[in-house]
Amino acid sequence: MSEKITGAQALIRALEKEGVDTIFGLPGGCILPAYDPLLDSPIRHILVRHEQGAGHMAEGYAHVTGRPGVAMVTSGPAATNMVTPLCDAYMDSIPMVCITGQVPTGAIGTDAFQECDTVGITRSVTKHNELIMTANDIPLMVRQAFHIATTGRPGPVLLDLPKDVLQNQMTWHWPTDDEVLDSLPGYRPTLKGHPRMIKEAARLILESRQPVLYVGGGILKARAAEVLRELAELIDAPVVTTLMARGAFPDDHPLCLGMPGMHGNATAITAMQKSDLLITLGARFDDRITGKVAAFAPDAKVIHVDIDPAEQGKVRRPDVPIVGDCRLVIEEIVKAIRELLAAGEALADTSAWKSRISGWREQFPLHYSSSQPGDALKPQYCLEQLRDLSPEGTILCSGVGQHQMWSSQYWKFNEPYTWVNSGGLGTMGFSVPAAIGAKVGRPDRTVWAVDGDGCFQMTAQELVTASVERIPIKVAVLNNSYLGMVRQWQEMFYEERYSEVYLSPELPDFVKWAEAMGCVGIRVESPEEVEPAIEKANSIDDRSVVVEFRVDAGEKVFPMVPAGQSNDDVILHPEQSSRREFLR
Amino acid sequence: MSTTPAPAAHHILSVLVENRPGVLARVAGLFARRGYNIFSLAVAPTEDPMLSRITIVVDVESAPLEQVVKQLFKLIDVVKISELDPRRSVERELLMATVRVPAEDRGQVVELTNIFEGKILAVGVEAITVSLEGSPDKLDDFEELLRGYGIVELQRTGRVALPKLDREARTRPQKYGKAS
Repeated sequence: MSEKITGAQALIRALEKEGVDTIFGLPGGCILPAYDPLLDSPIRHILVRHEQGAGHMAEGYAHVTGRPGVAMVTSGPAATNMVTPLCDAYMDSIPMVCITGQVPTGAIGTDAFQECDTVGITRSVTKHNELIMTANDIPLMVRQAFHIATTGRPGPVLLDLPKDVLQNQMTWHWPTDDEVLDSLPGYRPTLKGHPRMIKEAARLILESRQPVLYVGGGILKARAAEVLRELAELIDAPVVTTLMARGAFPDDHPLCLGMPGMHGNATAITAMQKSDLLITLGARFDDRITGKVAAFAPDAKVIHVDIDPAEQGKVRRPDVPIVGDCRLVIEEIVKAIRELLAAGEALADTSAWKSRISGWREQFPLHYSSSQPGDALKPQYCLEQLRDLSPEGTILCSGVGQHQMWSSQYWKFNEPYTWVNSGGLGTMGFSVPAAIGAKVGRPDRTVWAVDGDGCFQMTAQELVTASVERIPIKVAVLNNSYLGMVRQWQEMFYEERYSEVYLSPELPDFVKWAEAMGCVGIRVESPEEVEPAIEKANSIDDRSVVVEFRVDAGEKVFPMVPAGQSNDDVILHPEQSSRREFLR
Repeated sequence: MSTTPAPAAHHILSVLVENRPGVLARVAGLFARRGYNIFSLAVAPTEDPMLSRITIVVDVESAPLEQVVKQLFKLIDVVKISELDPRRSVERELLMATVRVPAEDRGQVVELTNIFEGKILAVGVEAITVSLEGSPDKLDDFEELLRGYGIVELQRTGRVALPKLDREARTRPQKYGKAS
């Protein structure tokens, strides 16, 4: 079989064979050849308004489906606009394949129109990237890209395709799995944990009197939520879920302590601090979790399960490092524990630890001062209402800042893959395009984007995409007229000297803007308007809705561990700080 | 990169990579991005035309070697990494130098080069180009002695290394294989 087709046809056919059903993109000069065969393909293309939007949509899609998101854009400025989503996906280990156009091979290096060194620019923000120099290489490169993006520690892979490579004839050949593996001699992720280490981990778990399961986004990547629950219930140990892992363990489970870290709740933070064993699963000891590393969980031994060997010992030296896939490793650990129990060994007594933890939970629930009549609307109240009024299984996306932390704190995540946010990179403007991508991936679900007024103004134009492509999402803009998180830091750490954080009390008019983009716009200014507005938004399913909540600008996120300080020095809500001594 | 002698705590990484465009940029970029220092670097194809060997002398004061190795290993094009202990490996480097020297004193440089078992590569009216291949320490000594005459241009290749053959115990250099 030696069928001759163009490189562009080969590209689209290869994407089809990889199971791609949606591409988020925007065409331009050098990628033009690839857009022609796309007309004849069953793949849905979603035409964005800015390339960054295409990248975040691909991420949102990948977050909720577990399948790689695909973005396709042209060369030069389109490729540079893609750098932020690539870096975002790299930091949060999101499987993504990005196709960029490139100037023809003969023009590379001549500073041709819309030429940039895409592969060079994106090298440090991708798991892998390739400039494809001949059309015959396209199918293998596409297969490699999907293999690399979705296996091991997932991440973004970029393929850069010069225009003539897309135009040239090639002989179609679809590589076998073996051919793909043979072409990647340096890529063999370790999946199975070391048996001796697994035994060691099981033994430590049995001996621990103050264990905490420290659960990160790796659990979701490994589709390990079920086996995690089995482990937690088997050893009856409390679970903290990091910002990237919200939903990996149900918030309404009695063992769930919620989110730890800089804006985690006091119980989750303190349980980690006082623990004697951190069972770390797919988490990476991020600075937002550890605070000052030297003072982090000083008495804890550490079991660290991660598929990326470079995470072992990067921040905290583990006592038991286990490189492998979280699901497979946890299954093995569960088995090893069951064997020890069957052989007559018993779990150490953790009742004292449990009662300490329930004491903290009682003393330090998440808290905000409710508004008095006539006061400005509290953002936390809006989120509580949104949580209680939205249908089960709602997917929540967020931007970056105060609204993100409140979302993570106040929402109840009882199901994996219902929380989409930008954790590692902290990309403002993430939520609207990510929510669109999430809705494309899960059209059966209600998708709410929670955004700040600062974030919303960075990527809101993608709501035009949502309207035109009939992707109905809902956006809650918590408008406090400020870059709220920066304002909070200036209030707390810069003596209330507010520098360049005040946006505008009246501009833009979010309702008019929403309407101009084909959405329904609703403004909410008082507590009694909150419920009807959310009910109305939830009842609309034929177009997107933007609800602007005019919220109290003075509201801060608590608890807070100031950057670089010890988790022991967590700042509690002022109305709880008198109870500080209970945090022992 | 630096031109001062390698610190006592240097480590040699022998990195086998796929012989493809951009590999060196990936390796160098990783060092820059993670804040690691390269002391010297040498790259060339191996006996297998599909593979190249990069010999990197790492300044381990800048980062724990373990992290450097693990991060390097994440590069898709990196096939194998061996850490070579300087005490258990053979190291070689090549030095070329042009020395400004009047004809009447040329004999001294020639004699010095002969003592070191180096080579005369080119002779001009008032200058001479010599080369020396050997252990980096020996090159350091030679360079220092040449300096007295006035070095016009100097080029060193950076070291390359292979494990010493052990005739007794079967101790092998520490290897970080990907297949497990």
